[in-house]
Amino acid sequence: MIQFPWRLVPRTQPSARMRVLAPVMAIVLTLLAGCILFASLGLSPLAALKVFLVEPLSSVNGVSELLLKASPLCLIALGLAVGYRANVWNIGAEGQMYLGGVFATGLAIYFHDSGGPWLLPMMVVAGAIGGALWASIPAYLRVSFHANEILVSLMLTYVADLLIKFLVYGPWQDPAANNFPLTVSFSDNALFPLFASFAGEWLEGTRVNVSLLITLVALPLAWLFMQRTFAGYQLTVAGLAPSAARYAGFSSRAAIWMALLISGAAAGVAGVMEVAGPLGQLNDRWTPGYGFTAIIVATLGRLHPLGIALASLLMALVYLGGEAVQISLQLPKAISLVFQGLLLMLLLGCDVLVNYRVERRRAAATAPVEIKPAEIKPAETSPVEIK
Amino acid sequence: MSETPTLLTLRGIVKRYPGVVACDGVNLDVKAGEIHAVLGENGAGKSTLMKVIYGVTQPDAGGITWKGEPVNIANPKAARALGVGMVFQHFSLFDSITVVENVAVALPGRVNLAELARRITQVSERYGLNVNPWSPVHDLSMGERQRVEITRCLLQNPKLLIMDEPTSVLTPQAVDQLFETLRLLAAEGTAILYISHKLDEILKLCDRATILRDGRVVSEANPREETEATLAQKMIGRDFPECRRREHAAGPIVLEVAGLSLEADTPFGTSLKHISLRVHAGEILGIAGISGNGQSELLDALSGERPVSDKNAIQLNGAAIGQFNPLQRRELGLTYVPEDRLGSGAVASMSLTHNALLTAHRRGMVRTGMVSYRTAREYAARCIREFQVKTPGTEALARNLSGGNLQKFILGREIGQEPKVLILAQPTWGVDIAAAAAIRQAVIDLSARGVAVLVVSEELSEIFEICDRIAVMAGGRLAPARPVAATNAEEIGLLMAGMFPGAQAAENTASAATA
Repeated sequence: MIQFPWRLVPRTQPSARMRVLAPVMAIVLTLLAGCILFASLGLSPLAALKVFLVEPLSSVNGVSELLLKASPLCLIALGLAVGYRANVWNIGAEGQMYLGGVFATGLAIYFHDSGGPWLLPMMVVAGAIGGALWASIPAYLRVSFHANEILVSLMLTYVADLLIKFLVYGPWQDPAANNFPLTVSFSDNALFPLFASFAGEWLEGTRVNVSLLITLVALPLAWLFMQRTFAGYQLTVAGLAPSAARYAGFSSRAAIWMALLISGAAAGVAGVMEVAGPLGQLNDRWTPGYGFTAIIVATLGRLHPLGIALASLLMALVYLGGEAVQISLQLPKAISLVFQGLLLMLLLGCDVLVNYRVERRRAAATAPVEIKPAEIKPAETSPVEIK
Repeated sequence: MSETPTLLTLRGIVKRYPGVVACDGVNLDVKAGEIHAVLGENGAGKSTLMKVIYGVTQPDAGGITWKGEPVNIANPKAARALGVGMVFQHFSLFDSITVVENVAVALPGRVNLAELARRITQVSERYGLNVNPWSPVHDLSMGERQRVEITRCLLQNPKLLIMDEPTSVLTPQAVDQLFETLRLLAAEGTAILYISHKLDEILKLCDRATILRDGRVVSEANPREETEATLAQKMIGRDFPECRRREHAAGPIVLEVAGLSLEADTPFGTSLKHISLRVHAGEILGIAGISGNGQSELLDALSGERPVSDKNAIQLNGAAIGQFNPLQRRELGLTYVPEDRLGSGAVASMSLTHNALLTAHRRGMVRTGMVSYRTAREYAARCIREFQVKTPGTEALARNLSGGNLQKFILGREIGQEPKVLILAQPTWGVDIAAAAAIRQAVIDLSARGVAVLVVSEELSEIFEICDRIAVMAGGRLAPARPVAATNAEEIGLLMAGMFPGAQAAENTASAATA
């Protein structure tokens, strides 16, 4: 067998400080990797990074777009973090977000001409229910049949995608849309008001809307839930030491249900933010990927609300930067996915080094040993040393 | 024995692990034909030292000489080639094949099984081991399995045989038989390194003792000139603490188990068969027995981690609690100190304050769903104070406490909930002697206040020390309890081997005890 000359040895006590610093190191390494990437494409790395990371923030409109993207990312990641702390791995927030959008859209279409100011809050509630219902499928299958929630929730995302396509090509298609796969544009009652509509001229033309307040309220609530409630404590124990949770009598079923319902509801509300925000309708190409990116946000933010808020801003910037380099430098927009992937890989790599140290294999362990096989002799011949 | 040649010499052996120095300059001389005890508490460095001798691990510094020649023992194969054999605490036999096949798989090349079986019989007869080479291993008791391991070592004519805590899985009768074999081997010139923390065994068996504490040799002793108290004093560095007994005045029945049966939930578990027991207020009932005879299943059923379908099978002060979960049982006053203290009894990476919350949350730590960390911290501080837990404070992580201190904290947490019944599993397993004495005393004091206590323990001496009545588990059955004054280790040993009416499940253990 070929042996790699290095091996990983678990650290007895990983440094808490390094755990917090790992995301910062991963970001720095991602920037370095980005420089190499841009240089290999024949661009000046610093100029390209400026277009990628600084220019999107150089205008009021840019900041508005940043918040518009960061808000759903942050909300989904907060929900996911609750589950991840309990070792319940919901990977299907994207699909739960779609269902939130679908439920809200159903209300928006049904009350298109008869809505009132009550319509939008109802859509938010419906979205939360839709996301939670979609997440309840993996929860039920996990609790009843030990089906792996990672696979089930992930696969349901594609089912949700097909459900949207069915709706916008079929029953919910706008009759006036010339067969394009989209619904009617929502009435004003079904849309989040823009800050620009009441905050004065300096916000003229920006798209950021009052749904941002939902995320701003969710942040301290998530902190409170995780750090101060007994339910949050039980979830954390279930994640850190399942047998201690069993000993204490905390129900593992309740933990699975709670983790999936909370993260599903949060993703569902994020879906409402999108359809009742920048989209203003439902269409078949609505696949922002926020549900997947939020997994990176939750990990990068160390499952802590403050970290998640910062990480969501960073990931939103990566989205915007991708659009900016497409326009200014004619690079493919997929560059933002490359950056996301780099960041996650480097973060996971940093985490490995936080928990393990690299050690050179000892020569003694690999060197062949010259030993004769032990002989078997009848006991009678056993030599006696002393008398 | 001074004129006998020295077989093995260790000089200045140092072995460091991250954060600990397991061996710190250990010297050891082993002469041919002696039974040499290596004595020390858990964590004193005994096992590491044996791993160095058997080539499982390499020392960071120090030298080994064998019959006067410096040697480098790179791996167990090299150790065996020198003539070192080792019988581990946990056996390495395949259950599904026969004894002779088990021996054959460890040998190089093709082996003539019939010829090998003949040698096994020869060797085992010679040393009174009574091993049938054609028995399938799954039919053998723990004592018999150990004799297979010893036979396997003896086939290689070892000059030095290392026995690591060999008696932890044996009945008292099987222990006596093991000692006979070891004495016979020593008389023929084989050196035996006997690793143990059980003082009575060392007094009975060994010629010489090397005592380790914190990775260093603190003393060399001649067991014939020592008593348990003087040996313990050398081992722990201060006087051996003893428990104060109290008058036993049992009150009404608090915990009653009647006809409890439970299927094992794992393939290697033991099903419980019609278990009945009663624990009175103010009484300590001990459940003795070799691990794996249904104790963990019984504890799961009593604690509520595995509720049973017959709710009347377990009653607490007359209330049928068989179907209750651990939360509901704690509500009624049943608390539990589990065997696995760092995985189940406490969350390793949480602070003591957070760990107080784990089971004591009913005591004013949660109001309308919100945690009062101030109350939890005060509760943790009280556990630390009242049970003399050595720790920097309530914010220390559970994993940073020693086994004994963590156990004292958990015990304090459970006692602080003012239980009516306290159940303890292996309460002093892996705990240093001073902490073990404090734990036993706390349990005795608790029962004196009228609490019913159930102790499940493998350490027979502990059960005899603290319990009022003893019941023995074997093969998933429980023998009727008898008062501690009306029984002795001999009788309990026979019960441990399953020699009681209705316990036909454990015949093979029985044969081990009587053979």
